[in-house]
Parts: sequence; structure tokens; C-alpha cells
Amino acid sequence: MEKRRGVEFWVLAVFFALFVVFLYGPTLSIMVLSFQGPQGNLVFPMNGFSLHWFRELFRDQPIGDIHGAFGRSIRLALIVMGLTVLVSLLAGLAYRRHFIGSTALFYIAVASLIMPSIVISIGIGAGYELLGWTRTWYTSALGAHLTWTLPFGLLIMFAVFNRFNPALEEAARDLGATGWQSVRHVVLPIIAPSLIGVALFGFTLSFDELPRSSQVTGDVNTMPKELQALQTNTVTPVIYALGTLTTLVSFAVIGLSLAAVAVIRSRRR
Amino acid sequence: MSLSSRTVPYFQAAPLALIFLAFFVTPVLLVGAVSFFDYQTWDILIPDFNFYNYEYLLESSTTYRTYANTAKLCALAWVFTLSIGFTIAYFLAFHVRTVPTQIALFLVCTIPFWTSNIIRTISWIPLLGREGLVNQALVGSGLAAEPVEWLLYSEFAVILGYVHLYTLFMIVPIFNSMMRIDPALIEAARDAGASQWQVLWTIVIPLSRPGIAIGTIFVIAMVMGDYFTVDVLGGAKVASVGKTIVNELGYLQYPPAAANAVVLTLVTILLIVGLMRIVNIRKEL
Repeated sequence: MEKRRGVEFWVLAVFFALFVVFLYGPTLSIMVLSFQGPQGNLVFPMNGFSLHWFRELFRDQPIGDIHGAFGRSIRLALIVMGLTVLVSLLAGLAYRRHFIGSTALFYIAVASLIMPSIVISIGIGAGYELLGWTRTWYTSALGAHLTWTLPFGLLIMFAVFNRFNPALEEAARDLGATGWQSVRHVVLPIIAPSLIGVALFGFTLSFDELPRSSQVTGDVNTMPKELQALQTNTVTPVIYALGTLTTLVSFAVIGLSLAAVAVIRSRRR
Repeated sequence: MSLSSRTVPYFQAAPLALIFLAFFVTPVLLVGAVSFFDYQTWDILIPDFNFYNYEYLLESSTTYRTYANTAKLCALAWVFTLSIGFTIAYFLAFHVRTVPTQIALFLVCTIPFWTSNIIRTISWIPLLGREGLVNQALVGSGLAAEPVEWLLYSEFAVILGYVHLYTLFMIVPIFNSMMRIDPALIEAARDAGASQWQVLWTIVIPLSRPGIAIGTIFVIAMVMGDYFTVDVLGGAKVASVGKTIVNELGYLQYPPAAANAVVLTLVTILLIVGLMRIVNIRKEL
């Protein structure tokens, strides 16, 4: 646009900066509060500065099962991540050709994305109840999470293959590559950064998922359910320590994904 | 194409189709069936076909009040997420000049999406509460004589929470639409003497419509299905359909919850189908 920054730019830049503060401020404030002193309260001011509430977190809690929930959520997120990448990739490959039912399947995926989550949770819960099956985090909750992560995975694959140049694959075929070889040596390396993106969505959306999990984890909790329970029962900053820990896990996963994408991109140059 | 290569897509799409069939299509149909079931305290699902749950739901004036209130939350969340999301996307698309800066600022806006909504919601409490940071600042600076009560456990707090969580769902698709606008189009308008506002009104907004529609679908779906934000930030004062359903589930009243869920789904679908007519999602990615 124009060479000099006009008034409009500065007004919008300030608006953007305020939005970023609004976006990150609350999370940062609970991160600070999680370092409250042992006598510290749920609100500011800081009453000393300590790791007391983190130590408290690793001690056995009078209520709930933080360690168990944390371990379950990490394992579940890893399984969901793997399945989301695999199933979305296969479906993405399928959608490059015509197949009967493709439009219906696409609309089902979109419907799964926008359906109020609690409806899916009630349905899966009621199904297991009627069949007399036990609900566990690695069966019913896994399924519930996949209904949330797979639509994102599929949409990302659409975006990827919409921009994919089919000539590259045709060239491989012309040089004698089999279907599998052209996927393995041509398609996969090209779309690798996007697959990392799908993995990021799979892990984080599962790790933080609450509404679809609500009726389907059985007797035990995932981390978000544990947090919800603590939120209503706890009056100490231990919940902030847990929030800080969970957020750090998310940041670590995001950082790893972005770094992996950057490494792949730089190798290509 | 040989017969075997024609069957390949079916094998490739099968896992996705089977997962959706088992964990989405069947459960949703089941919710429909359960909404006609009977229930007792010791037996929470008794197969039956009666309209009792719907009669109870549709005869209660509380139901209509709750739906009206949910619609109000939805409308307010939409107005704020749209206006803020559009402004942010506009800044990123038309005022940030270099691509690396654009990517960096875009990431700054999207990273919170990959962190926990629960924690992001809870983290408003120490700021908005009676003893919270905002009230400390207001009272300390003399702007308010005593702590402001409506900051937390109010509709204000719920809307603030929605804007905080869901504005991203407006920014991403609107930014995507804006990046597809041919710069030559805007230049031509400028050369022909259009003002900044005219460019915005006659080019940018109409061409951003698909992004606005997708963002709107997301925000409506999220707000209609929410119960956590309403519960944590609205306290006992704010009613929503999602919260009512979760309360019923808490009492193990599955069939009434299912009936309520069916009505909620139909209302959400009606709203969204209307919007889908405006835009073909698949082409916009």
C-alpha cells in the first residue's frame, strides 16, 4: 500500500497490541500466581514467591488423582495424534480421486466439527450403557476425541492437496514409480510439514478436550476433567500450578512442531 | 484405470468413514432414540417410545427463556468476535508488509488455540473477581468507590470469555479470504479515486464474506454447545442450554437431556444450514 505509515496503521497496530495483551494476559497472570508463597491466596498481590504449589501438585492430593489424569491425557493425546495423522492422510489421498459417497463423508466430517460436543458425548455414553460395555479413556473417550480431531485433519489435508501439483507425481509415475513409491518418495516428503501440523492439532485438541469427554471416560478423569473438578473444589493456588504445567506442555508441543517444520523447510533449500 | 486402482480410494477413506460411523453417526442417531426413552432412578435408560421428554421440555417456560438467553449470548459473542476478528485480520493482511512478520503475528494470534480453553477460562477469575486485579486497580485509582460486582459471574464475563476463546475462529478464515484478494483490484480502485473507506466497503468486505461466514459458523457452533464458560464465568446467574443439559446429565436424567440435545442440535443446524448456503466451504481452503 502507501509508502508512509498512516494514522490508520498506528490505530490498528495499537488495537492489535491490546488484543495480544487480552489474549495472553490472563494466562500469564495465573502463571505468575502459581508461584505464590505458601500463605498465598487465589488473587493478587503475591504473598511471597515459591515453588510451594508445584511441590504440592506432586504430593498426593486429598481429592482427585492428578498424576493419573495427567498420564492418561498424555497417552490419550499421543494415540489420538498418531491415528489422526494416519487416518487424515489416507482420507486426504482418497479425496484426490472420485469415489462414491465422498460428498456425504465430507459433510459428515463437517457436521462432526460443528455438532455441539455434548451431544456426541451423550450418544457415545448412552451407546456404551445400552451395550453394557465399560467406558474407558482408551476406547469410548478415544473415539470421542477422534470425532473432534479428524475433521481438522481432513480439512488440513484438503488445503494441502488443493495446492499440490499433480505433475510431480505424474513425473514419478512416468519414470516408473509404483503408486506406493510415488506416495512414499514424492508425496510424503512434500506434505511432511503439513502432517506435523495435523499432528499438532491431534495432540493439543485431545489433550485439552473437555465437552466430548464428559460422559465417556468411565470412572477416571482426563486432565481437563480433573481441572474442571478442581476448579469447583479447590481454593488454593494448586490449580494455577496445574494450569501452568498444562500450558507449558502445550507450549512445548507447539514449539516442537514449529521447530520441526522449520528444520524440514531449511533442509529443502 | 484398472479395477484395483479404482477401489483404492475406498480403502483409503474406509478408516475415516468407519470411525465417524461408530463414534459420530450412530451416537447422534442414538441420542435421537434415547430422547423418546423412559427413565427411573435405578434404571437410567428404559427403551420406550413416548413424547413425554419433549412435552415436558416444550411446555416449560424455562426452556424458552433458556433458549432466548443462549441466542442472546450467541448474538453478542458473534458481534464482538466478528468486529474484533475482522479488524485484526485486516491489520495482518493489509498493513503488515513483510511475509515473515505476517506469519509471526498470525502465529501469535493462533498459538492460544492450541492451549487449554479450560485454563484460559479459569484464568479470568483472579482478574475479574471481587478481590481481583481489575477491581484492585479501579478502587486503588479511585475510579470506583467499591469493587464492581458485575465483572465476574455475569453475562459480561461470559461474553468476555467467548471473545477471548473464539475470536481466533474469525481471524483465521477472514485473514485467509483477505489474502486471496488480488492487490491489483485495490490498486485499480485507488487509481480510480476510491477512498480508504470505499475500498474497505466495496472490495474488502464483500470479498471477505466467505471467511466471515465460516467464522460465524464456528462461533455459533461453539457458543451453542458451550457449558463450561457459562458455568465458570457466569456462575449461577447465567443460563444456557448446554448448562441445562449438563445439569440433567449430572442427575443421570439421560432421556430429558437427550431431548434437549436434539432440540439444541436442530436449532444449531437450522442456523448453520442458512449460512452454508452463502458459502461452499471446500473451495475456500
